[in-house]
Amino acid sequence: MSVISRPEVAHLARLARIDMTDDELDRMAGQLDAVLEAVKQVAAAVTDDVPATSHPLPLRNVTRPDVVRPGLTAEEALAAAPEVEDGRFRVPMILGEDA
Amino acid sequence: MPFEEAVERFDPVMGLEVHVELSTVTKMFSGAPTEFGAEPNTQVDPVSLGLPGALPVLNAKALESAIRIGLALNCTIATECRFARKNYFYPDMPKNFQTSQYDEPIAFDGWLDVEVPASEDGTGEAFTYRVQIERAHMEEDTGKSSHVGGATGRIHGAEYSLVDYNRAGIPLIEIVTRPLTGAGRRAPEVAKAYVATLRDLLRGLDVSDVRMEQGSMRCDVNLSLRDSPEAPLGTRSETKNVNSLRSVERAVRYEVGRQAALLSAGGRVVQETRHWHEDTGLTTSGREKSDAEDYRYFPEPDLVPIAPDPAWVEELRATLPEPPAARRRRLQAEWGFSDLELRDVVNAGALDLVEATVAAGCPAAAARKWWTGEIARRANAEGIELASSPVTPQQVAELQALVDAGTLNDRLARTALEGVLAGEGSPQQVVQARGLAVVSDEGALTAAVDAAIAANPGVADKIRAGKVQAAGALIGAVMKEMRGQADAARVRELVLERVAAG
Amino acid sequence: MSGAGDLTRWDAARIADALRAGVVSSVEVTQAHLDRIAAVDGDAGGGVHAFLHVAAEQALAAAAAVDADRARGAELGPLAGVPIGVKDVLTTRGMPTTCGSRILEGWVPPYDATVVRQLRAAGLVVVGKTNMDEFAMGSTTEHSAFGPTRNPWDLERIPGGSGGGSAAALAAFEVPLTVGSDTGGSIRQPAAVTGTVGVKPTYGGVSRYGLVAMASSLDQAGPCGRTVLDTALLHEVMAGHDPYDSTSLPGEVPALAAAAREGARGGLAGVRVGVVRELGGEGYQAGVRARFDEAVALLTEAGADVVEVSCPNLVHALPAYYLIMPSEASSNLAKYDGMRYGLRVVPGGDGVTAEQVMAATRAAGFGEEVKRRIILGTYALSAGYYDAYYGSAQKVRTLVQRDFAAAFGQVDVLVSPTAPTTAYRLGEKLDDPLAMYAGDVATIPANLAGIPGMSLPVGLAEEDGLPVGLQVLAPVREDARLYRVGAALEALLVQRWGGPLLERVPELAVTRTGAGA
Ligand SMILES: [Mg+2]
Ligand SMILES: [Zn+2]
Repeated sequence: MSVISRPEVAHLARLARIDMTDDELDRMAGQLDAVLEAVKQVAAAVTDDVPATSHPLPLRNVTRPDVVRPGLTAEEALAAAPEVEDGRFRVPMILGEDA
Repeated sequence: MPFEEAVERFDPVMGLEVHVELSTVTKMFSGAPTEFGAEPNTQVDPVSLGLPGALPVLNAKALESAIRIGLALNCTIATECRFARKNYFYPDMPKNFQTSQYDEPIAFDGWLDVEVPASEDGTGEAFTYRVQIERAHMEEDTGKSSHVGGATGRIHGAEYSLVDYNRAGIPLIEIVTRPLTGAGRRAPEVAKAYVATLRDLLRGLDVSDVRMEQGSMRCDVNLSLRDSPEAPLGTRSETKNVNSLRSVERAVRYEVGRQAALLSAGGRVVQETRHWHEDTGLTTSGREKSDAEDYRYFPEPDLVPIAPDPAWVEELRATLPEPPAARRRRLQAEWGFSDLELRDVVNAGALDLVEATVAAGCPAAAARKWWTGEIARRANAEGIELASSPVTPQQVAELQALVDAGTLNDRLARTALEGVLAGEGSPQQVVQARGLAVVSDEGALTAAVDAAIAANPGVADKIRAGKVQAAGALIGAVMKEMRGQADAARVRELVLERVAAG
Repeated sequence: MSGAGDLTRWDAARIADALRAGVVSSVEVTQAHLDRIAAVDGDAGGGVHAFLHVAAEQALAAAAAVDADRARGAELGPLAGVPIGVKDVLTTRGMPTTCGSRILEGWVPPYDATVVRQLRAAGLVVVGKTNMDEFAMGSTTEHSAFGPTRNPWDLERIPGGSGGGSAAALAAFEVPLTVGSDTGGSIRQPAAVTGTVGVKPTYGGVSRYGLVAMASSLDQAGPCGRTVLDTALLHEVMAGHDPYDSTSLPGEVPALAAAAREGARGGLAGVRVGVVRELGGEGYQAGVRARFDEAVALLTEAGADVVEVSCPNLVHALPAYYLIMPSEASSNLAKYDGMRYGLRVVPGGDGVTAEQVMAATRAAGFGEEVKRRIILGTYALSAGYYDAYYGSAQKVRTLVQRDFAAAFGQVDVLVSPTAPTTAYRLGEKLDDPLAMYAGDVATIPANLAGIPGMSLPVGLAEEDGLPVGLQVLAPVREDARLYRVGAALEALLVQRWGGPLLERVPELAVTRTGAGA
């Protein structure tokens, strides 16, 4: 009984925006299944009363004053862009909108 | 289906999500500037471009504003909260995740009392609706894409897009209501009144310039219908970026009608985001909220938790301005306005303007007439919000002072306003430049009166015979002669005087 | 200059003294190392291949500037004029930064990482960018898109990873100092298998601003050198609070070089050392265990109280790490989409959408190991699995921290072998990710807990004559203890060996004559 199925891997690849060939999917599904088999034990290692740690150190309330810091010029910002058109990043057509 | 019929058949339930851009000078997580309308990609740094290696640091002013907004909305302020990453791919989002808050918002469980004015058509009373606030959380704005090619320059049919990241990372507060129930046929008005009240509240807090037309305040309208208030909630649609008070009301009306038609035809409402079209007053289907939409939220490891010192929160509470409803009641009393008069002022979005004009020395009644009358009319014609009108409260007060001093009559005052709006300077300057002042030279006036009498002996006889109302003809002739720049009352006195004397 | 070749054998402290004394110039030292790089580094096809980019002109210019400042009698840092290599995971203004990935090939950052800014400000001479596993994902440097780095002890073997380039450059005498980054052992394991020294500082002790993220809550940049003192001197340059990094520790930088000098002089009387039962024994190569046990015996001779301590939850550290790291990485690597910088691949056909270009770009731009971790992390974070995987892993992290807290209640430092094996052959574990991951078992716990760790060489394994590393761990903010204990042990070992271990590294074939820049 495998932990993760090939269709699941295909779905994840879509979520992660990575095109994969059928061969890649097969290979990836096999490897991920082995890895997940090895790591799934963590669920059994802990109990509900154990708090989760998301930060290694207990820092709190780190902020900066609302003061402008030197940034980048438009030239610097666009220097590495694959395509530029009148001061903006040119990108292929976008489907659907989100905000 | 017509709105009236729809609300007979169904019970509308609304949920409003309002995004507010804070007026900080730098972004939420970096020191890049936030100037509106700057050249594209000039308000950026490695953080707002999501460059490899860049790290976020929270803007202290944005945190303070978030807490003050939470307090003004009667929310509980979190004793500890975290940021979370909302993961999804979109070209105007530089990191392909939005740094937001998920299960630990900075503020939650609040409410806002909204005074819903009596309906225009007089079919509904004014009443107060308490909007329950679920949460207010901190997040960052995205960049702006303009779509090139295709019919409307809108996203559909576009060939490619151009992205400007100046807006990326601008601090946002997202304010989410609990489902608004029980509004019934008044739902559209409640929605509009809520957004208007929220706008006034935020303006009062001085945390945002809340310019809906500039997108610094944006509203998403969730709406669903159910058979009765007892029935479970129906499937909702989410109409995005409804960006004017009027549109909020129209969008709710439209969705109620659209969904009612679907349901009564035995169809089902699809859970989806819809786009509002200001021009047509319609919403159209956007992305369907497929189950594939999995944002994979997790605690933002590059930012540390926020635990506001309770003492500081209390200090901030002390900085809150008077709540809008209380303020309106106070001003109505001070100005002696009727409920109807105040409603007109509020609906015109003129409350602050009238207050400022009165503060500049103008009688309240006159200030109201100007802002809800002539200036509102012209703003409407221009299609701009009253607050964006080029004339200032100071200038309106000056204009009224000239009227009260008898320097201008109403007609001349409107001409002077025209000049001010046209950018010809202060009312005083316009009066000078256009030579608008009422003629107060008795000699010239008397001469004109005598001339009129001489030209119309018959009329003079009628007046002497006691037909005082006949004086109108002579007064008209004199005003015409003076090109309107005379005080009609004074002209009348002179006419009667000279006729009697002659 | 005659003897310039010898200069590359000098450690950083000696070079710095010579520069101060005016015996050599920074330009001479820099040129000597550039020549050495040109001679032995080779390329993807052969040689050490520790460098992805060598910036000869910029380096010589920087060196000349330091010499000029010195001539003017300007106030200079202790390492001013010393050449250094920087792992290609740190942004360098005007110098390519690829993270060993096709997706960033040719990207020249418009800004310096805070660490790089500190190096330049201290007068260190950045000669180039060192090779690494793509986005620091790997333990062999074979996952670099630009070809593997080879271990100077045996060019058929891995130099460790992900920072194999930074470690190999030291072992090959191409530079006396390098900067690395350590998310699960990427500084310490390469140090162990190349016979060099590497330190993962306390999390937050060194700024992460400009350190291209793999797993934000685990990543930490750190110093690499051939001696404990050199490493301490570099650590002091890199450490300190950075307002551009929210997770940067406030407060003073501890005196690390002083701790190293003290350790080298005095013994370890009264120092309590704990041997971690769960990190050793079973599954560790015999030669590794033998060298480790000898080193522990030396510590006892030097006056340390050595006891065995148990951290039972460390057995869950590896699985927890391989959930937390990919989860954070899947999100951190989402930005590479071909829209703003780096590679863009446009699939054929018309009406191509941004979504399709992103998917094609990421498919072509990322290597297999990176894709594997992105998919794994996407899975661990997705609705329905979050609690069982990511959530549980974060709880294991708490347990690991508690174990260390308890252990440091009994002892001052903990020790273990750095890696279970010596350098294995290139390609040996390429198709078995699990086997490769297992090599991180001893280094990962420190990253989960945020504590500092050092690896230093303790000899060569009997069976293969390859270097073995010992790991020292200390409590948060107690990095100085690593240097004191490390320097003491180093002194005893060098005495026993009759010279540094690296004197035994085989002479490398010259692949090109040192034409220099
Ligand atoms: Mg929303
Ligand atoms: Zn939002």
